[in-house]
Amino acid sequence: MRCYDADERVESMSWDDAVASSIVNEYKHLAGATLPILHALQENFGYVDKRAVPLIADALNMSKAEIFGAITFYHDFRHEPAGQTVVKLCRAEACQSMGCESLVAHLKDAHGVEINATTPDGRLTVETVFCLGNCALGPAALINGELVGRVDEDLLDAVCKGQSHDRMAG
Amino acid sequence: MSTSIKIYVPRDAAALSVGANRVATAIAHEAKKRGQTVEIIRNGSRGMLWLEPLVEVETTKGRVAFGPVTPKDVASLFEANFLTGGAHPLNLGLTEEIPFFKNQERLTFVRVGVIDPLSVDDYIAHSGFAGLKKAVKMTGAAIVQEVADSGLRGRGGAGFPTGIKWKTVLGAEADQKYIVCNADEGDSGTFADRMLMEGDPFTLIEGMAIAGVAVGATKGFIYLRSEYPHAYQTLQEAIRTARAARWLGPAIGGSSYAFDLEVRLGAGAYICGEETSLLESLEGKRAIVRAKPPLPALKGLFGKPTIVNNVMSLATIPWIMANGAKAYADFGMGRSRGTLPIQLAGNIKQGGLIEKAFGVSLREIIETYGGGTHSGRSFRAVQVGGPLGAYFPESLLDTPMDYEAMAAKKGLLGHGGMVVFDDTVDLAQQARFAFEFCAKESCGKCTPCRIGATRGVETMDKVIAGDASKLALIDDLCHLMTDASLCAMGGLTPVPVMSAMTHFPDDFNRASKRMTPENLAAE
Repeated sequence: MRCYDADERVESMSWDDAVASSIVNEYKHLAGATLPILHALQENFGYVDKRAVPLIADALNMSKAEIFGAITFYHDFRHEPAGQTVVKLCRAEACQSMGCESLVAHLKDAHGVEINATTPDGRLTVETVFCLGNCALGPAALINGELVGRVDEDLLDAVCKGQSHDRMAG
Repeated sequence: MSTSIKIYVPRDAAALSVGANRVATAIAHEAKKRGQTVEIIRNGSRGMLWLEPLVEVETTKGRVAFGPVTPKDVASLFEANFLTGGAHPLNLGLTEEIPFFKNQERLTFVRVGVIDPLSVDDYIAHSGFAGLKKAVKMTGAAIVQEVADSGLRGRGGAGFPTGIKWKTVLGAEADQKYIVCNADEGDSGTFADRMLMEGDPFTLIEGMAIAGVAVGATKGFIYLRSEYPHAYQTLQEAIRTARAARWLGPAIGGSSYAFDLEVRLGAGAYICGEETSLLESLEGKRAIVRAKPPLPALKGLFGKPTIVNNVMSLATIPWIMANGAKAYADFGMGRSRGTLPIQLAGNIKQGGLIEKAFGVSLREIIETYGGGTHSGRSFRAVQVGGPLGAYFPESLLDTPMDYEAMAAKKGLLGHGGMVVFDDTVDLAQQARFAFEFCAKESCGKCTPCRIGATRGVETMDKVIAGDASKLALIDDLCHLMTDASLCAMGGLTPVPVMSAMTHFPDDFNRASKRMTPENLAAE
C-alpha cells in the first residue's frame, strides 16, 4: 500500500490554477469536453476544486452555472480531497443479498468508520457505490481502484488498520 | 518438454477480484524455476465466476480447466503435470465439457474467454470481422433489413426492435450521424457488457462499425460507466489496436467507409443508462432526461440522428451479419428471437454468465445452473432485470425468460440480470430500497420521480415501523409514478415495490404485527 508522509500528501493534492488550466486546455477541443476535463482534474488533484468552475466555463464558452451544475450532478466528483485509501463499497441489491449492509455496520461498530466520509486523520475514505459489475462474487469493493470480491470483515479490518487489502499477499 | 505450452489466466475484472494476477505471476515464476517454457495468455472469463481464477491449459485433447486456483496451488499443479492436463483436485476436465458451459448457446459470447481479447489475429482466426466484411459490400438498407429480420431487440432492457431504430436513422438526412454505445451498465446483478468489453472488445468495435456503415455514420462514442476501470483500459487499447490495423479510421477494412470511435467515461450517475440522459451527459451537461419526441434517432447527440444501442445489441450484430438473420432468429421463442446473455448473481452458489436462447425458465437458471443459494439457506426471491425489475417468489420460477412472458407476470427481463436472495431477505426493506435508490439517482426533471421516490421512502419507513394502513398510500403512489413519470427510472421503480407487496405480503404484515401499544407510544 502507498504510504505518504503528511507533507507529501498535501503537496500531491494541492490545487494549482496553472496546472488546472493546462489540463483544461488539453481536453477542451473534445466535443462535449466537460466530463473528460472533470475526470482529468480529479485524477490529478484527487478532487475538483471550486476554482475549476470559471476556468472550465471560460474554456468551453459555457456559463459558470452550467459547469457547477455538471460537477454537482455526478456522484463521482469530489469537492475536497479523499483519504489516502479509498474504498468504494457496493451497496446495490446483489451485494445486499450477500450482506454488504452488515459490513457497513461493522465498519462503524468496530472501527468508528462512517460510510460516505473520510476519517479525521485523512487515512481512509469509504464511499457507497451502486454496482461494480462483480455481482456473482459479492460483496464487492473497489479499493484504491482495485476490484475485490467476497469482501468480508477481516479484509475491512486489515484496510482500517492500514494493512494490505490483498488477501494473497501472504 | 521444450515446446511452449499455452496457459490461459483471465484478465476479466471478476477474476482479478479474486486474485487472477497473483496466480498468473505465480505460474510464470514457477515455470521459470522449473525451466519450463510457457506462454501465458490473459483471456476474458468463461463466465463460470465461482471457479475464478479459472486457469486453462491447452492440451492435445482441448483446453483443460483448473479452478479456483490460488497462488499456493501453483507448485502442486506443476507437480501434478497440469501442463498436460494431469490429475489434481482442482482439475475440472475439458472446459467446454463442464455442464454449466456446455449447455449454453453462445453467439454473442462465442469468443469471450476463448481468445486473447487484444489480439486482432486471434479475433480474425475466430471469424472476427467476417460480419463487417460482408456489410461493406451491402447497401445500408440491406444491412438494416438483415438486422430487422434477425428479430434482435434492444438488450439494454427496453426490448425495442433494433432494426426499426436503425431504419429511422438510415432514413434521416444529415451532414453527420452518430453511433452511440450505451455501456452504462448500472443495473445491480448485471455484468455481461463488462465481460464482453473486457473479453472480446473487437466484437463491439465491429458491431459499431457495421452500424456506421449501415446508416452512414462516421463517428461513434462508447459511453462507459466509470465503475468499470478495467473495461476502460481494455477498450482504449482495443481501439488503438483496431486503428493501427485499419479496422477503424478513414478506410475500414480496406473499404471506402470511414468510421472512428472514442470511449467516454460516465461519472457515477445511474440515470445515464437512460438514452436521452446519456446523450446530455456526452454533450457535457447535467444528465437530465429529455422529453421524447424528438427521438434520438432523428435528433440525438448534438442534435444529429443517432443510434443509441446497448453493448449487447451492438456486439450481437457481427454474429448476425456473419451467420445470417435466419440463423439468429432460429433461436428463441415468441417475439423474443435469438439468445439472451443471462447474468446469475447475488446469493448464488454458481454465479456467472449464461447465454441461452430465450425461453429458458428462471428455475432452470437458478437451480440447474446456479445450484441453489451461496449461503446454503433456502431460496426466497429473485429480482430479475435490475433495480427496476420485479421480485419473484418460488411459485413464479417456471416463467420463461421472454419479454412478453415476463411482462405478463408484471415483471421485466431488463438487461438479463438475476439477483438471488435467500430466506433472510426482508422484502419490505427491499421495497424501501427501491424508492431510496430512485430518490438518489433520479435526475430530478419530473415531479413523480423526484418527489415520489422520497415520499415512498418516508411512507415505507412508516410501514416498516408497523403502520400497515400506509400500504394503500404506497399503492397509490406507485400508480402515479408508473403513469406520470417521464422515463423508466420513475416509471418502473414501482415494479420492485409492487411485486414485493404482491408476492411477499407477510413481510409487510410482519411489520404491522410490531404495532404494539409500546411501539405506538414511542411514535
